[in-house]
Amino acid sequence: MSSLADLTDHEVNRFFEARKKVFPREVDGPFRRFKWAIMAVTLAIYYVTPWLRWDRGPHAPDQAVLVDIEGRRFFMFQIEIWPHEFYYVAGLLIMAALGLFLVTSAVGRAWCGYACPQTVWTDLFMHIERLVDGGRRDQFKLDAEPWGAKKLAKRLTKWTLWLLVAMATGGAWIFYFADAPTLARDFVTGEAAGVAYATVGILTATTFIFGGFLREQVCIYMCPWPRIQTALMDDKSLLVTYKYWRGEPRTRGVKRAAKQVDDAAELMPQGDCIDCLACVAVCPTGVDIREGPQIGCITCGLCIDACDEVMRRIDRPEKLIGYTTVEDEKLAVEGKHPRPPLERLLRPRTLVYFAVWGAIGLAMLFALGNRSRIELDAGQTRNPLYITLSDGDVRNGYTLKLRNMQARPRRFTVALQGLEDYEMWDDRMPREDAGATLTLDVPADAVLRRTVYVAAPATGEDKERILFTTRAADDEGGEAIAETFFNRPGDRP
Amino acid sequence: MAEQRIDEPTGTQTVGHEWDGIEELDTPMPRWWLWTLYATIIWGIGYTVFYPAWPMIEQATKGALGWSSREQLAAEMDAAAEEKAPLTLAIAQIPIERLPEDSRLLAAAVEGGRAAFKVNCVQCHGAGAAGSTGYPNLNDDDWLWGGDLKAIHTTLEHGIREPGNDATRMSQMPAFGRDGLLTRTEIEDVVSHVQVIAGARKADASARRGAALFETNCAACHGPAGKGDRTQGAPNLTDAIWLYGGDRASLVETVSNARYGIMPSWSNRLDPVTVKMLAAYVHSLGGGEEFVPEDDSAEAADAAGKTPDPVEQNVQPR
Repeated sequence: MSSLADLTDHEVNRFFEARKKVFPREVDGPFRRFKWAIMAVTLAIYYVTPWLRWDRGPHAPDQAVLVDIEGRRFFMFQIEIWPHEFYYVAGLLIMAALGLFLVTSAVGRAWCGYACPQTVWTDLFMHIERLVDGGRRDQFKLDAEPWGAKKLAKRLTKWTLWLLVAMATGGAWIFYFADAPTLARDFVTGEAAGVAYATVGILTATTFIFGGFLREQVCIYMCPWPRIQTALMDDKSLLVTYKYWRGEPRTRGVKRAAKQVDDAAELMPQGDCIDCLACVAVCPTGVDIREGPQIGCITCGLCIDACDEVMRRIDRPEKLIGYTTVEDEKLAVEGKHPRPPLERLLRPRTLVYFAVWGAIGLAMLFALGNRSRIELDAGQTRNPLYITLSDGDVRNGYTLKLRNMQARPRRFTVALQGLEDYEMWDDRMPREDAGATLTLDVPADAVLRRTVYVAAPATGEDKERILFTTRAADDEGGEAIAETFFNRPGDRP
Repeated sequence: MAEQRIDEPTGTQTVGHEWDGIEELDTPMPRWWLWTLYATIIWGIGYTVFYPAWPMIEQATKGALGWSSREQLAAEMDAAAEEKAPLTLAIAQIPIERLPEDSRLLAAAVEGGRAAFKVNCVQCHGAGAAGSTGYPNLNDDDWLWGGDLKAIHTTLEHGIREPGNDATRMSQMPAFGRDGLLTRTEIEDVVSHVQVIAGARKADASARRGAALFETNCAACHGPAGKGDRTQGAPNLTDAIWLYGGDRASLVETVSNARYGIMPSWSNRLDPVTVKMLAAYVHSLGGGEEFVPEDDSAEAADAAGKTPDPVEQNVQPR
């Protein structure tokens, strides 16, 4: 680039490279079909999930997956998560990260090539582009044409279609955060919350810009994941590789390649690559895979499909470009056989990732299966810590918070341990009605906050450890305990 | 100093300095950056014209818009008051003893009272309303002048022993020692008796002598059994709560020189709604008693006739 010729040419150097427009050619093959399948599955999951219903009874929403930010609940099928249980979500995110590590160490940038939303939506947008503008050649021509009625019409059609897809993308997102049918009706009639319209607007804009115009620049310049992946891969991870040991030196054109067999006397070794540039033409990020592994390669495999097609036509073995590891590459160059895939997959690195991933998953399942749906907090009133009553007894005040995390109203009895001759009552009743237990009715999926008073004789320890215990007064049962203290005046005046 | 020249690879002029062969390109600011700078300068000038900005000798310029932070605060306070107006009106109209009938109103009053208490009452009664010697603990179940909502409200409205207020809660214990009503020994005997009825001492000769003295000197206010009298704020002497201390020395001091605790009247310091809120808050602290209407009181019936039905008044549009 900066050779002596460049400097003496008096050409002005640019500090930033201008984007080279990419017009990928359409291709068919197993990897393309796999990409279609992944796109169909991921988009179906994304669009259908918020509309799934899940019966939780009359006291909870019936949406299968719902992030209820206003009500501070997270519903996922039979699992309901309260804000203080957010560590389950954190656990899921850790599992997602470890899952990506596992996939990356085993099969390279598979996430980038097939499942990443940027890839999926860019792919979708490219197909719309082909629908409106035609194939690669037509797209080139249209791009070079000056602006006129025809170009304007085509561009407007394409952008309109993109915008529709983008709006559908943003539109689906909001349904995860409210009851989908209700929100859809309100959204159309203009009665939905402002934040819903703002979210759809922002996501429409980002989808339109990222999928329509930024495309591979997101992967190359904006996304941190390609950089992180470099650290996660080793010489046993799959890479889309141009097998230069087979392909080089390249021949120009099919004819010379066919001649090669006849001209054996030429003594010039001929590689399988005929430099047809099919692999470059189909690449959605516009890289030349023959230059070796590079940040622009998202390992989508479309160049493999394109090259195989050519190899079949010129009667050469397929997979001149294919998924290979660095280790296998070395073996192949030495003329040895590659290692069996299972041996490559089951190595300490992947096994450790899988073990940690699985352990976290099992631990979370265990915790979810055993978690209590009743919780009790007892906060002792600090100011004043104790009150002397007219009959000489000492009274302490507590704020009890009783969480009923089930979707039905429940009745609880609260009792006390660790204090002798105590009386307990709450701020809804006079002391005359005090007793050894309290009965509290907690509405479905709610926290009951109640000021509770405990009185006990003044004789005793200055500070006693006590336990509030609560037990659900129904067939299912269950209990919770909260530790706190009972204070007496002691020696103080 | 090198000469300014055009740098060939980049086509940019150099600034003309050279340090050990290193030169610097005179790259111009990006246009968008410059225009942003100019726009902020214009904005800044406009801002000082429209808003208070330039310091003068007396005060800063007022600005063309006439905006001030004080007026903004006043407007915000008015807006907040307006928002609370229906609630405030409902609390103003409901008789204090009927507040518990509307749980929403009661909760609002308790919270309002909590805030007002922190400003007006904590100086004497403490942040937790636990009081101290001479200042009653408002959390307990012992009330000198009554512990139902109406009694607490009356106490707050008119104060206790406030000078120059005819409606104030008024009573005065004689200073038996200072004024020579009882001798030192007699006072000691009365204190012995009081300690006996309070359960802090076993009956003895001194207490028996004191009982007779109590009968003649104290029973008029504190009752023959020493249970006190709320109509005149005479404390119950048989319970465990002592405003000025229940030890012998404190009791001797009380009987000898009497006590004269004063609470100001709050109706001429705070608006009626705040006073009601304070009553609700104090009542909610754990010792509040239920209001028992006095049937034979013609005055109460009269008042009830004049007041509009609170429950209906209470339903306000939000």
